[in-house]
Amino acid sequence: MSVAFTPENKAAFDALLTRYPTKAAALLPTLWLVQRQEGWISEEAMEYVAGLLDLAPVKVYSVVSFYTMYYTRPMGRHVIQICRNLSCSLLGARELIRHVEERTGIAVGETTADGRFSLLTVECLGACGNAPMMQVNDDYHVDLSPARVDEILASMA
Amino acid sequence: MTFQPILTRNYARRDSHRLATYEAGGGYGALRKALARKPEEIVEEVKSSGLRGRGGAGFPTGMKWGFLPKGLDKPVYLCVNADESEPGTFKDREIMERDPHMMIEGTIISSYAIGCRHAYVYIRGEFWAAFVRLRDALDEAYRAGYVGKNVLGSGFDLEITIHRGAGAYICGEETALLESLEGKKGQPRLKPPFPAMVGLFGCPTIVNNVETLAVVPWVVDHGAAAYRAMGTEKSPGTKLFSVSGHVERPGNYEVPLGIPMMELIEKHAGGVRGGKKLKAVIPGGSSTPVLNAEECARATLDYESFASLGTFLGSGGVIVLDEDTCMVWALSIIEDFYAHESCGQCTPCREGTGWVARVLRDLEAGRGTMADIDLLLSLGKNMMGNTICVFSDAAAMPLESFIKKFRGEFEEHVTRGGCPHAGRSFLELATR
Repeated sequence: MSVAFTPENKAAFDALLTRYPTKAAALLPTLWLVQRQEGWISEEAMEYVAGLLDLAPVKVYSVVSFYTMYYTRPMGRHVIQICRNLSCSLLGARELIRHVEERTGIAVGETTADGRFSLLTVECLGACGNAPMMQVNDDYHVDLSPARVDEILASMA
Repeated sequence: MTFQPILTRNYARRDSHRLATYEAGGGYGALRKALARKPEEIVEEVKSSGLRGRGGAGFPTGMKWGFLPKGLDKPVYLCVNADESEPGTFKDREIMERDPHMMIEGTIISSYAIGCRHAYVYIRGEFWAAFVRLRDALDEAYRAGYVGKNVLGSGFDLEITIHRGAGAYICGEETALLESLEGKKGQPRLKPPFPAMVGLFGCPTIVNNVETLAVVPWVVDHGAAAYRAMGTEKSPGTKLFSVSGHVERPGNYEVPLGIPMMELIEKHAGGVRGGKKLKAVIPGGSSTPVLNAEECARATLDYESFASLGTFLGSGGVIVLDEDTCMVWALSIIEDFYAHESCGQCTPCREGTGWVARVLRDLEAGRGTMADIDLLLSLGKNMMGNTICVFSDAAAMPLESFIKKFRGEFEEHVTRGGCPHAGRSFLELATR
């Protein structure tokens, strides 16, 4: 399946190019546009981006694989990312991770068979004043307890 | 000690993130004042204020600006380091969410001062809410004529572009940030040349932290002397401290530099949770050497006091550990982080961080030997000062200090063949 920007995203891409003195500098924001559109970044998408920015596909691949937020496989509709760093762990993050594994029936790194949830652990997300916390897609959820997490997950179709 | 809040002054206002609120509190008045003065005068004002970089290194901001070469026929860039990722730190995110115009005004004034015509804000990819706030605030600022062509009719042109990162702690290191902005992997550059000479797109570049820039309008508005009236002689002004871990009221607190650290923990953050005793504090983000309770009682919140205790003020991320905390467990979590985030460029770091993390996991689970403790110290020694950037040192410093100050706990894990602290053995789970 070939990948191409929608007219709207093509316009956003063209606008991006005016913000940098080199085409290559637009790589990260272009990859964000791709991921917003496609949900993840396939090898076909990397070749498409390479063509747009006059880069070797391998260069695009090296960048995609360096940054943890670019997904190189399809993810669930709700990507649950629980902070596992110290401030959150001091207040129960490790127990929370185990709780979510049990609730969703998947281990960290997996996606549910119905494509509803993916579960990841992440390093400090800079919300330690409201530990423990997790991010689901774009949104932070803070001051979590197992019961609160259950409510949040139940609200996600 | 006199104190008036600078960074948090608007936080309690309704809609504190909107332009109208910011202007009602006198916002963008400093920009008008600055544009009426020569750029060099602004640099001098910031130099005299003694403002030190709030990203972690504490380097004097005005002096940094002074390193830009004069008369070079190249653009000058200002990059705002909004890639806040140091574990235990959450002050910059709060500034961007609650008072983004304060940072934007600081960026405009600083750009004017150093001759920058296009500033880039490199914001951490995970900070979606802060990004939206910042983007909307920047749109407001463009519409109001504070950014763009001919700022407030002064003849000064400035573009500001927000650039999202994509998940890599190392991009908070200033040369890695520049690489990332240029569309590459975020791997730090060899220095020299320093960014002030050869930075973004090969041009002279200044990289400043969000909190640092957010202070600049106040300094221009009230003058360097007013800023120096707070804090200590060598650590002037106020600073945001992010307090987390075992305290009653975790959160960000703005205090004048120089107050006792225990005042921050006890008075502001409500003391150790549940009336427990304090065991230790990681004072400036997870990279800084840990302080034991006795040292905490002596520490004051300024760069010099922390240096005399062999640690750093860092980013101001204060992580409080109570008496029940297993220090081997805590260190293991910290070192897992460094192993995960090493960019892989230098061997001592790439290999060292992973090795340290694996040995610690074994020690915590009771599978270690006494020789492992000395092995860890030896690994840490080889990771210090042998790499392109200080990430490797940042992983080695907590390692060395935890073992030095809490060696008994490491030995107890070996002699007992397990962790003496019940319910703390969840390490394996989250490292898959």
